[in-house]
Amino acid sequence: MLPQPSATVPPLQLRHLLALETLSAEQITALLDLAAEMKSVNQRTVKKLPTLRGITVLSFFVESSTRTRMSFELAAKRLSADTMTFTASSSSLSKGETLLDTALNLQAMGPDIVVLRHNRSGAAQFLAECIGCSIVNAGDGAHEHPTQGLLDAFTLRDKLGDLRGRKIAIIGDIAHSRVARSNLWCLTKLGAEVHLAGPATMIPPGIEELGCVAHRRVEPALEGADAVMMLRIQRERQGNDLFPNAHEYHRFFGLDAERLQLAQPGAWVLHPGPMNRGVEISADVADGPQSVILEQVENGVAVRMAVLYAVAATRGLNPA
Amino acid sequence: MNLDRSNLEQILRQLADEVLALRWTGAAPDERVMPWLIGIRSGGAVVAQELAAVLALTEGERPLVGALDCSLYRDDTWLRGPRLVEGQTSLPGDPTGQRILLVDDVLASGRTVRAAMAVLADLGRPKAVALAVLLDRGGRELPIQPDAVGLRVQVEPHQSLRLLTDGHGRMERVVTQPN
Repeated sequence: MLPQPSATVPPLQLRHLLALETLSAEQITALLDLAAEMKSVNQRTVKKLPTLRGITVLSFFVESSTRTRMSFELAAKRLSADTMTFTASSSSLSKGETLLDTALNLQAMGPDIVVLRHNRSGAAQFLAECIGCSIVNAGDGAHEHPTQGLLDAFTLRDKLGDLRGRKIAIIGDIAHSRVARSNLWCLTKLGAEVHLAGPATMIPPGIEELGCVAHRRVEPALEGADAVMMLRIQRERQGNDLFPNAHEYHRFFGLDAERLQLAQPGAWVLHPGPMNRGVEISADVADGPQSVILEQVENGVAVRMAVLYAVAATRGLNPA
Repeated sequence: MNLDRSNLEQILRQLADEVLALRWTGAAPDERVMPWLIGIRSGGAVVAQELAAVLALTEGERPLVGALDCSLYRDDTWLRGPRLVEGQTSLPGDPTGQRILLVDDVLASGRTVRAAMAVLADLGRPKAVALAVLLDRGGRELPIQPDAVGLRVQVEPHQSLRLLTDGHGRMERVVTQPN
């Protein structure tokens, strides 16, 4: 267990959000409580808070992601922040500029918060160490995707209440998944029992040391689970040799209605998107009554509002 | 200064009398107006509940009660850092067209009340809003004045008043503490 922050630091004080590994259960809970208030704002007629007036949030997306970028931008706008977007395909990165040079140029424009998506693990940490802005990690390589972990925990807590002692199954490509890693840190800190399953080539050796149970077959992970999180098979991030083909993957590890019956009656089904229908999840489960996949998207905006507020207000205490 | 439960009950009755004597804009002279009591979290929500109970006894009708959290509308976010929300905002319904009595425990600078009015404005357009406070300790920093007051008190500038509650969420006592 990592050292917990001292009790005198208010739980919402966050200079950056780089990973969930380094947050305490108290900090995570404070962010989720705040996100619940943000969600109620998102259900009002006037979906706007004045809180981050005058703050500039830059979305710096070196790796493409439409959904996460839009979710962050909507979150920033709902808090009255100004937003800018910088994507790799349309930028100087494609002309050979280094990440640091690009970041220094962006910093010169004076954003307060940089939301970074990058294909290399550790990119968010690197940026936090070399520029003065607050960094929110929107996914770095196979390392972490902390706001996805928070929104999944928010969705689970919304459906199940207290997560202590709840069995949560995470199925799929654990090795390449930053979503799995952030969820693993977050859910174990909140007291859930996390069971992983996937092809042996996709389960990192020694993952049990993080406080979870790893299975080679999907059935023992599903049995009695309160919720099942299916991961996307990421063809762009892995070699060709990890599993034979999509059809066979579906047969052994995909979630269909029959397999879902192994879990608790009414167990919730999550997926971080984008889905490969017919590979990791069948269409009838994805669209069925136990699926909360679209609620995850809705909750993502609220969770990102909570994170942006916490980071911006902490920055106000001690500007760089 | 230290106020115990019996002091607070007396102050609450005074506040209830002032609330009943309020003249609401647009109300006929003999019209009895029962506004929504909206407490500002956290202390004001406690006072609003107890005020509603007193009004229910004297008037035979319990007013609708709600609570609002104004943490995200405060003007000191950059001075004090991120605040935990005190609890969710919950009104009895759409405030548009309603008469609303904002209720707080202690009125000082007026900044909390300003934030609470901003929350209300984003939730709808009430017909009228008035302010009731259990204790007014002075020290205003904004042009905001209460319409009904339980007790006006003198407190040293470096001290603040804090309402403590018992295990049932009822007012227990008010204590003075350093800012």
